[in-house]
Amino acid sequence: MTEKSYIIDDKEKNLFLLDRIAYVSEDLHDREMERIFGRCWIYVGHSSEIKNPGDFQSRYVAGRPVIFCRNQANEIKCYFNTCRHRGAVVCVERSGNKRNFRCVYHSWAYDLNGKLVGLPGEEAYFGEFNRDKLGLRSPAHFDSYKDFWFLCLDPDAPSLNDYLAGAKEYIDLVVEQSPSGTMDIISGTQEYDIAGNWKLMVENSVDDYHLPSTHSTWLKYMMNSGVKIEMPKEGLVLPKSGKAIALGNGHLTTDNLNYRGRPVAAWIPIYGEKAKPQMAAIRQELEERLGPQRAERVANTNRNLVVFPNLVINDGSSVTVRTFYPSGAGNMHVTAWALGTVEEDQDARARRLDAFLTFYGPGGFATPDDVEALEMVQQGLKNWREDRWSEMSRGMGKPDDEQLNSDEHHLRTFWRRWNELMTEES
Amino acid sequence: MGTAENVSIESICEFLYHEAALLDEWKLEAWEKLLTDDATYYVPPNDQPESDHRNTLYTIADDRERIRQRVIRLMDPSCHAEFPHSRTRRMINNIRITERDDDELSVAANFVCYRFRRHERVREYVGCYQYRLVCQDDFFLIKNRRVVVDAEELGSLGSVSFIL
Repeated sequence: MTEKSYIIDDKEKNLFLLDRIAYVSEDLHDREMERIFGRCWIYVGHSSEIKNPGDFQSRYVAGRPVIFCRNQANEIKCYFNTCRHRGAVVCVERSGNKRNFRCVYHSWAYDLNGKLVGLPGEEAYFGEFNRDKLGLRSPAHFDSYKDFWFLCLDPDAPSLNDYLAGAKEYIDLVVEQSPSGTMDIISGTQEYDIAGNWKLMVENSVDDYHLPSTHSTWLKYMMNSGVKIEMPKEGLVLPKSGKAIALGNGHLTTDNLNYRGRPVAAWIPIYGEKAKPQMAAIRQELEERLGPQRAERVANTNRNLVVFPNLVINDGSSVTVRTFYPSGAGNMHVTAWALGTVEEDQDARARRLDAFLTFYGPGGFATPDDVEALEMVQQGLKNWREDRWSEMSRGMGKPDDEQLNSDEHHLRTFWRRWNELMTEES
Repeated sequence: MGTAENVSIESICEFLYHEAALLDEWKLEAWEKLLTDDATYYVPPNDQPESDHRNTLYTIADDRERIRQRVIRLMDPSCHAEFPHSRTRRMINNIRITERDDDELSVAANFVCYRFRRHERVREYVGCYQYRLVCQDDFFLIKNRRVVVDAEELGSLGSVSFIL
């Protein structure tokens, strides 16, 4: 390590402290764009968002405008959304279906393979101009795992398969909800900003220590709705049985016994009596296909997964796919979708979406309080020079396999990886 | 001929202004009295404003019971996103009756809702209120309240943690 460390990771004193400059420095934000977003595999989108040849989504990934599309040969592609001529974005719609992408500036047009297929007045070029070399550029790597597509800007990066490491099993647990292993990103996107550093969202997504205090009104809502919530006798941390697990390469997850109801497949009164037999059938299919133990894990555990650095898949009150980007040190832009099985019928789909809104999203009964908490942290961090260190030692000193969801083992996992990438010799 | 036939635009304006005042003053229990027993409250996602909440992820898709729980939550000091409460001020105009159907009316109104929070300047929610109203003698009850936000995404508007 040639650079200074941003963490104090003292395994003898069981003390873990984080330098708060990590949340506030614009210089570090610039360095993150290079060392984190420029080197890691970053989530682009899901196959189900572009079902048919010609379907596309245009979005920002790792700060870059990209096109995520399906070509006529049914292959999924990713291009930088930048004209090779003068650099304008060539796709302005957020989504749709096209045969080619035509830049409005001088009408250079690219097909779904990124090939430059048309430009007005080609006869005016006399030198080495070669349209075959002027296709849309692609990221260094682009690959998928179970329909989740990622790009990587670093030519020397490990394969996606190696990169995802232990996160794969936790993606499998989500995908196994579907009999065919096929999930849909459901229509309707939640996009909102938070006036907080993006890494606060990583922490918040897996930090179950905050649940009873930040989300007391959600817990009251659950109780008002007939869900049995037992506060543990010791401490104030829910749920009773939950783990925090490091999955390698900075990925992390919680793995909790369910207490709050799951559309697949643990009934609570909010879903209504009519849903009971339907959900029992879903559960039965899981057991027949996966065996009782695996079915129990799929149906009756809640898992909040972070794929380093900025993809969160929450499999809790419903399944959310959530990604977020910094726009400066003190702001982030969040995009969230709901994920459902392709097999579920209209009632099950509606139930899943309704369950989503009980907790998640900018109008949910919990997420707005998370947003508030994160913004309050960022406000408080204005005193970072005078009050320099954040405390993150909870649970430290216990064996890894005894780390609770309410400990901070998983947060430390993230920060250790972040610190490593930010300080290693380049 | 239903009771909706003779409803004047003036009486609709008066009703909508009354509702806006209750919401801006955080008189949410009084506001709830304006709702039918089967009332719904929807905020569709910004990218799919015309969609159906049963197959599209909404920002808010409350049935009557969820509205009741939302109000309980909003009046609880532990609802951190709204404590202290946002200050809001709604401007409603371009009010029009779009359908008359026995004793029910469809009404649309443009709105700007200015929201102020501590240490902040202003967040401006702009959009269209779409109501289904039930006529009750010389008053109305809200059967459906759909709030379409014009912004391409919520973005800097952040959460819709208050009743928009």
